[in-house]
Amino acid sequence: MSSGMSLFDKLWRQNLIEDLGEGRGLIHIDRHLLHELSSPQAFAGLRQAERVVRSPDLAFAVPDHIVDTGPGRGDRTVPGGEAMIRALRANAKAADIALFDVGDPRHGIVHVVAAEQGIALPGMAIACGDSHTCTLGALGAWAFGIGTSDVEHILATQTLVMRKPASSRLTVTGTRAPGVSAKDLALGIIAQIGVNAAKGGVLEIAGPAIEALTMEERFTLCNMGIEASARSAIIAPDATTFAYVAARPNPPVPLAPAIAAWRALRSDPDARFDAEFAFDCDDLAPQVSWGTNPGQTIGVNQAVPDAPSDAAPRERDAALRALAYMGLEAGQPILGLPVSVVFIGSCTNSRLSDLQVAARVVEGRKVAPGVRALVVPGSARVKAEAEALGLDAIFVAAGFEWREAGCSMCVGMNSDRVAPGERSVSTSNRNFEGRQGPGARTHLASPATAAASAIAGAIADPRAYLR
Amino acid sequence: MKAVSIVAGVAAPLNRADIDTDAIIPQNWLITTEREGLGRGLFSNWRYLPGTEVPDPAFVLNQPAFAGARILVAGPNYGCGSSREHAVWAHLDFGIEAVVAASFGPIFRDNALKNGLLTAEVEADVAADMLAHLQTRSPRTMTIDLADTQLVGPDGRRHGFRIDPERRNALLEGRDDIASTLDRSQVISAFQRRDRQRRPWIWGQSS
Ligand code: SF4
Repeated sequence: MSSGMSLFDKLWRQNLIEDLGEGRGLIHIDRHLLHELSSPQAFAGLRQAERVVRSPDLAFAVPDHIVDTGPGRGDRTVPGGEAMIRALRANAKAADIALFDVGDPRHGIVHVVAAEQGIALPGMAIACGDSHTCTLGALGAWAFGIGTSDVEHILATQTLVMRKPASSRLTVTGTRAPGVSAKDLALGIIAQIGVNAAKGGVLEIAGPAIEALTMEERFTLCNMGIEASARSAIIAPDATTFAYVAARPNPPVPLAPAIAAWRALRSDPDARFDAEFAFDCDDLAPQVSWGTNPGQTIGVNQAVPDAPSDAAPRERDAALRALAYMGLEAGQPILGLPVSVVFIGSCTNSRLSDLQVAARVVEGRKVAPGVRALVVPGSARVKAEAEALGLDAIFVAAGFEWREAGCSMCVGMNSDRVAPGERSVSTSNRNFEGRQGPGARTHLASPATAAASAIAGAIADPRAYLR
Repeated sequence: MKAVSIVAGVAAPLNRADIDTDAIIPQNWLITTEREGLGRGLFSNWRYLPGTEVPDPAFVLNQPAFAGARILVAGPNYGCGSSREHAVWAHLDFGIEAVVAASFGPIFRDNALKNGLLTAEVEADVAADMLAHLQTRSPRTMTIDLADTQLVGPDGRRHGFRIDPERRNALLEGRDDIASTLDRSQVISAFQRRDRQRRPWIWGQSS
């Protein structure tokens, strides 16, 4: 007897152009998102082979990684960066691909913009040369990161040849306490299931606690999927999703047939998965990473753990290295650890609701002396909406820098970096060695925790500031 | 892509788990529109003394025993993290043609096999034995044979390794993946025509 289909089985079947046997398929890519970091070499390869872009109407381009985020910025950025922005612009123009350029009201971080502008929709297969493309799975899309060779392959063919990935499911139950955000949920989950849990496959995230999330919270959660090794993280589309899509600048017209089709995008009750995980968020506290991978995370009131003596040597070595790199000792509390940089931004936490909760923490308070604190909206639209609500004034009055949209300090590729040995609290998604700059010590946290830490000048419990 | 069948030569041990692509090529090296020249950035935060391009003698690839290494043996989950294909180009530009590990980050592995950088997956204990040998003893050479998916470790023992069979054939042939897909152009067109009826919302949008 055959079992039912999972949400992902349905997405795979829907986009399968041809079964190539042995589990491989030729897959149609419905949206191809391009940015300046991973695409120049793909366009160059295409030109070299004298090939053309097959479906330019399904591609969208936006420069985000390397752009400067200072006020009044143009193309000027770190040396060599301008050439990348110009290459994206020229390539998009030559191929007739829509470009959301620096200065365009639709500009921003690719994963933020694709959702916000209604480019990414439920049920689509979406690829982008960036591992955090999994963010868009929050819409009920199959969205995944690819390398530059695949970017070139999609440009030329609008397809990928893939082996059907394994799929697992995470069921989340319980109710989050006040002051505990979707970011805390993401970090708590990765700390529990591990950075390797999804083994490079597709992770469906389901359960009552997920159905209760807003769209923006779902983006934050799915964004961190890749940090649990989920190349795609998917949440089945529901009424929350449909309301979000209906409010986009260019929703499908007519919308009703699309929604009717999207309603079928859910796992059958008897669907089978390669692995199942469960997480309960009843006892979840605000989370802070202490180490150099996102799974090395603890509650804000916990102590930095000892390298486990009984664990596999792999985990023990990783923990010892992380302690040394982070300048921490096992047993010390994470709360009260002095920090010199606070970054609120990135495709994880730069949407309006993220800035709203941070502003609530900050309002009427001052950034601690000696702390550099930045707020970098995820898009020009988020920035405009925040300004209409007066959030910029709250941040600036407190001593935050209020910047233009871009990846900024998430990746240390533009001029926003953390200096060697400096400690930062960051709302981004990766705390790898050197991620925010060589020698930078990154603690991942929620926007509320980051904002509270800026005020305290040390890692702080946001709940004390949210009353 | 150039065809690959055998990689043989000095193997260097990188005994760490979860080596991410940020470590393989730190982001400041990604500011380029080229594929070439990235070998200088390979492991730069580990390979050079802080803030310089002066080799750090403590790093394995700077040690005389591993000069001219063509193979890396590393801990599990090698190449996790970002999708930057620069991480693969950096290996090849440096002269590394194969990586042996118990597991790989999925995007890195796909990228590697599309560029002719061989990823050989072995059992965890086999990888651990090879790492232990390379760290302490000569010889430091290995041979990886793609045609029979066997490798000969530094201790002379033979092991099978895992690699996607379809990718293996593509590497042996030096196949151009895009050309192969373009041969299916008509099936793609037919799918797109049907899809315009079935899911008009995918197609109707313009900006
Ligand atoms: S914000 Fe960070 S994680 Fe997101 S796309 Fe930019 S660099 Fe990548």
